[in-house]
Amino acid sequence: MGNAIIKVNDLGKSYLIGHETQGYIALRDVVANKTKGFAKRLQHAFSGKQLMGTQEVEEFWALKNVSFEIQQGEAVGIIGRNGAGKSTLLKLLSRITEPTKGRIELNGRVASLLEVGTGFHPELTGRENIFLNGAILGMSRAEIKSKFDEIVDFSGVEKFLDTPVKHYSSGMYVRLAFAVAAHLEPEILVVDEVLAVGDAEFQKKCLGKMNDVSKKDGRTVLFVSHNMSAIQNLCTKAIVLSNGEIFNIGTTTEAISSYLSINDQKNSGATIKNRIDRKGNGAIRFTNVKMFDADTQTEVTILLSGQNIFFRLYFDKQDKKELNSFLCAVGLSNQLGDILANLNSNITGHKFDSLNDAAFIDVCINTLPLNNGIYRLTLFSMVNEEIADWVENAFEFSVEQGDFFGTGKLFDRSFGPLLIKHTFRM
Amino acid sequence: MQLIIEPGRTEKNYWKDLWRYRELFYILAWRDVKVRYKQTVIGILWSVIRPLLAMLVFTIVFHKIAGLQSGTATPYAILVYTAMLPWQFFSTALTESSNSLIGNSNLISKVYFPRLIIPASAVMASFVDFLISFVILFALMIYYHYMPPLQILLLPVFLVFVFVTSFSLGLYLTAVNVKYRDFRYIIPFIVQFGLFISPVGFSSNVIPEKWRLLYDLNPMVGVIDSFRWCICGEPFTKHILISISISLAITFVTLIFGIYYFRRTEKTFADII
Repeated sequence: MGNAIIKVNDLGKSYLIGHETQGYIALRDVVANKTKGFAKRLQHAFSGKQLMGTQEVEEFWALKNVSFEIQQGEAVGIIGRNGAGKSTLLKLLSRITEPTKGRIELNGRVASLLEVGTGFHPELTGRENIFLNGAILGMSRAEIKSKFDEIVDFSGVEKFLDTPVKHYSSGMYVRLAFAVAAHLEPEILVVDEVLAVGDAEFQKKCLGKMNDVSKKDGRTVLFVSHNMSAIQNLCTKAIVLSNGEIFNIGTTTEAISSYLSINDQKNSGATIKNRIDRKGNGAIRFTNVKMFDADTQTEVTILLSGQNIFFRLYFDKQDKKELNSFLCAVGLSNQLGDILANLNSNITGHKFDSLNDAAFIDVCINTLPLNNGIYRLTLFSMVNEEIADWVENAFEFSVEQGDFFGTGKLFDRSFGPLLIKHTFRM
Repeated sequence: MQLIIEPGRTEKNYWKDLWRYRELFYILAWRDVKVRYKQTVIGILWSVIRPLLAMLVFTIVFHKIAGLQSGTATPYAILVYTAMLPWQFFSTALTESSNSLIGNSNLISKVYFPRLIIPASAVMASFVDFLISFVILFALMIYYHYMPPLQILLLPVFLVFVFVTSFSLGLYLTAVNVKYRDFRYIIPFIVQFGLFISPVGFSSNVIPEKWRLLYDLNPMVGVIDSFRWCICGEPFTKHILISISISLAITFVTLIFGIYYFRRTEKTFADII
């Protein structure tokens, strides 16, 4: 297509990971390694072996074979797990680092917002920081001056404009920083998860501002977030990255559902089978856990807050004889190991009379009441009032923010892991 | 405006970008000046006091105790201070610029702009201090009833000279310091050692002829000699001409090489910082 504003072709970025090197190279190490390498080379020369390299270096492709096109005025979400290459892609697009291969064609000015308040100096006042930050983001002095009042107005910190920002609360700091960024007027705006900070009210304001930028002003926005409902609201199209490669490009809904079903070894429950640190007599053994969307009956690998889901617990039976009075319990804890809840067939009063032909049990949860984060399941079962199998932290899964309350509003994770439906009355 | 990003592509619009981001250069320099003396009681006075104290020490130790003379009609204090100014500028510019990239690593890993701006603005911030400390020089002149020679009108030329010398050396050190942090420890040594091989406490005339060429290899010799000629009215000898030409040549070569090296490594700063 002719009027693509961003054209990316076969883009790749690799990093060399030395297994010995720390963050930066010291001359000492170079000398030491050169000497070592020299000795090794001598050794190899004598033994007649061919030398591959002098140091244990591994090439790691943070991004590879990435190609896509974005049209002017599109708002495109970029989603993927941590380490999928999202930030690397943004860094390449905003010219912070150079690609190892491939080509990017940009038909417009790019402003990138990879962090809120880049370059803010704590000793300078709010007013001074507006100019500093604006210049860093590529605005001219005249441009900042003409928008100064608007920026101050948007941030709502006019009272503290002449106070050094080190005395600001973190909320004020973020508001001021975003206010500057929101008034950039590039053709292409690249935004990394900057909305993860700040209170809900301000987040909404920022989303609204970004919406204006893309819809009203016809600018192109690239937006990385873990907040699926923000992506859903803001973007028309999304790119899903997985392990540095494009997993899916499509409409937002399509991309999000494909993202939620990325099959990733790390998240697999298949390892439960091989766990040896388990208790119980082994009358049954848990072998796997899978997660399903209850509405579509499809398997997923990431859950959304408010989704109807079930966990499918697979197990093997030791012998074919009948199992009576089976009890199944699932303990839910957060990543730190704090126990959050217990789902227990004894409590729900569910009686499994016989497990003759079954190979799995489904544990169903309607409108998943968990905020975004990583959670763990501990699996527990009893047969004939004896512990049959007990696996601590058998399965780990992550939850992304979804529209739990049906209002489009979200709680920040810092408000707690649990979401509870509630109403107010007067 | 179209922009193409490819590996190894030296962008044609780098210099244009540098121009486009000139305001960032001013504002970063302004920030450095502004922040440097925050939370100090006497603030900007520090930029005057430091060379003044250094000058007093030199005058007492070399002039009063060791009995060194200026050899001309110029008071010894003025002779030392004239050299102390460019020297202190050179040493702070070197120290500040070489640490500037690391100090601004949060910028480098989050936004794009020509990285050359960072060391340049660090040198610029030191330059402002340098200009301010000229106040003391004029105070000394009044105190000693010293009338500077006519060539003092050429001072701006030499200000540019010392700026370029400091910038070009600083640029090179800045780039290597990102990769090899060893230079963090080498630079203070260069600065300390340099003070004694540069004609700060003495005049270049005392150097024996056979060591002269080796001595002139220090680019600051030419710079300080030219300041002395300009402010103290030292005779413009063949020696001064040689030392100035050598230091101009060294400055030119390091500037070209520094820019080349900086440009070549600049792309990877964000990865290794």
